[in-house]
Amino acid sequence: MKITRAEVAHVAHLARLTFGEEEMDKFTSQLNDILLYMEKLNSVDTTGVEPMTHATVLHNAFREDAVKPSLSNEQSLANAPDPRGEFFRVPKVIE
Amino acid sequence: MEFEPVIGLEVHAQLRSDSKIFCSCSTQFGAGPNTHTCPVCLGMPGVLPILNRKVVEFTIKMALATHCRINRENSFARKNYFYPDLPKGYQISQYAYPLAEAGGIEVEGDENRKCIGITRIHMEEDAGKLIHDEHFPASYVDLNRTGVPLIEIVSEPDIRSAEEAAAYLRRIHEILVYLEICDGNMEEGSFRCDANVSLRPRGQEEFGTRAELKNMNSFRNVQRALEYEIKRQQYVLEAGGEVIQETRLWDDAQGVTISMRGKEEAHDYRYFPDPDLVTIVISDAWIEEIRGTMPELPLEKRERFLRDYQIPPYDAGVLTASRALADYYEEVVRLCGQPKVASNWVMGDILRFLKEDKRDIRDCPIPAASLAEMIRLIEDGAISGKMAKEVSEEMYRTGKPPQTVITEKGLVQITDAGALAAVIAEIMAANPTQLAQYRGGKDKLFGFFVGQVMKATQGKANPQLINDLLKKMLP
Repeated sequence: MKITRAEVAHVAHLARLTFGEEEMDKFTSQLNDILLYMEKLNSVDTTGVEPMTHATVLHNAFREDAVKPSLSNEQSLANAPDPRGEFFRVPKVIE
Repeated sequence: MEFEPVIGLEVHAQLRSDSKIFCSCSTQFGAGPNTHTCPVCLGMPGVLPILNRKVVEFTIKMALATHCRINRENSFARKNYFYPDLPKGYQISQYAYPLAEAGGIEVEGDENRKCIGITRIHMEEDAGKLIHDEHFPASYVDLNRTGVPLIEIVSEPDIRSAEEAAAYLRRIHEILVYLEICDGNMEEGSFRCDANVSLRPRGQEEFGTRAELKNMNSFRNVQRALEYEIKRQQYVLEAGGEVIQETRLWDDAQGVTISMRGKEEAHDYRYFPDPDLVTIVISDAWIEEIRGTMPELPLEKRERFLRDYQIPPYDAGVLTASRALADYYEEVVRLCGQPKVASNWVMGDILRFLKEDKRDIRDCPIPAASLAEMIRLIEDGAISGKMAKEVSEEMYRTGKPPQTVITEKGLVQITDAGALAAVIAEIMAANPTQLAQYRGGKDKLFGFFVGQVMKATQGKANPQLINDLLKKMLP
């Protein structure tokens, strides 16, 4: 097994997802299959190959430091389910 | 048992770019809530971040100033967690491949100057701001700060006391401000610091369990929080207890650190390379170009001031506290040629005036040229040091040049020996008793005559000349 049911539960919790027992079994099995498939990559000999973070050779895509108009407050809040005044409102969180 | 504190600091510094790190929204502080926001920084689906070149340049500057190795290839990663001030559900940061690593700066340590290592400097985006409702279970979110560029500067655990930590922070702050890449405003959160602190028995190699301190918003608070935390851990260890690895918040009002235990979940950020942002490749040519724009740094400047101006280390420290102040001082010296006198005036009257008005040296109403001219007038004997005090106050109040102030106030020093001798003769005639006593050996009365002359001339007489004449005429 590449992944345990407990690990799936942990990842689900981090993603704030709740699953039923059956779903947990199904996802554990599916994730396991995916990871096993990805495992095949380990058979490739990568000796002397530098690690890379991207598949593209493109680099340094920059913009200049110039301010452009932002959205208005109304536009920014347009999709908010519970705006109050000029703010997004969310359930109280205190770290 | 004697314990040794081991401290490492993490500094978050907001960079002074005009626009955010990945979008073109303004970074200006103090705008109306949620008005410096766009689809990119609001975390809308389908948008693409594009890196601000200036953010990379500023970070390279800091890397050069702190003697770091610049990683020619570096890249961004996603740090995943849920919090309402983070609309995308992840923060774009650098993780495995930061821009700079393995540097260090010199600070004045407990005994002498020492090098504090810098583990890494990386770029990342700031989160938004939460305002908690006092009466209702809700929080209000302002996303203006979301995407404002930050650099995180992580020190090695090389710091051994709260004082050293404060000294390190002051240096980092000073360098950032000198480089003009961060405004350094701690109240507005442009410069923030977290600390990791642990104790170990003196002589022991391995580190003890550490606590992470947060919420310290001034140099003083960092020092106080560390002092408190060191004592707290010492009591725990001396009582045979164990320090728990945890995050603790500094409570300024109570002067204590408070555990956040229970509210904290184990962090599991699942970092992975951000596919939206391509690799950053930094060429030697780019680094050299940036190196060419680097200003003289505070420590170098301080040493040059000591060498070139022969002023005391204290003066050099005060005068190089900011680039603008150092520039002002150097301009005054250039024009009057008297480094120590100039230092006395700048550190004394000028800084006092500015402090009273909470003004920056850049807004000083006395131009460097006026101060230099005033110093020359004292040197030439045109005005006395005492008059100069009055002149400087008036110059500060009105912004007028010293000659104008002197003329307007009739503050011309009497340097005509003949005229002054006449005044002295009159005073001697008017005070025969004191004169007789003085001649009878009561030397202290010399001061009485100086006072009388000053009074008669409304303080305009050159004090040196009065002394010389009295010494000649009284006996």
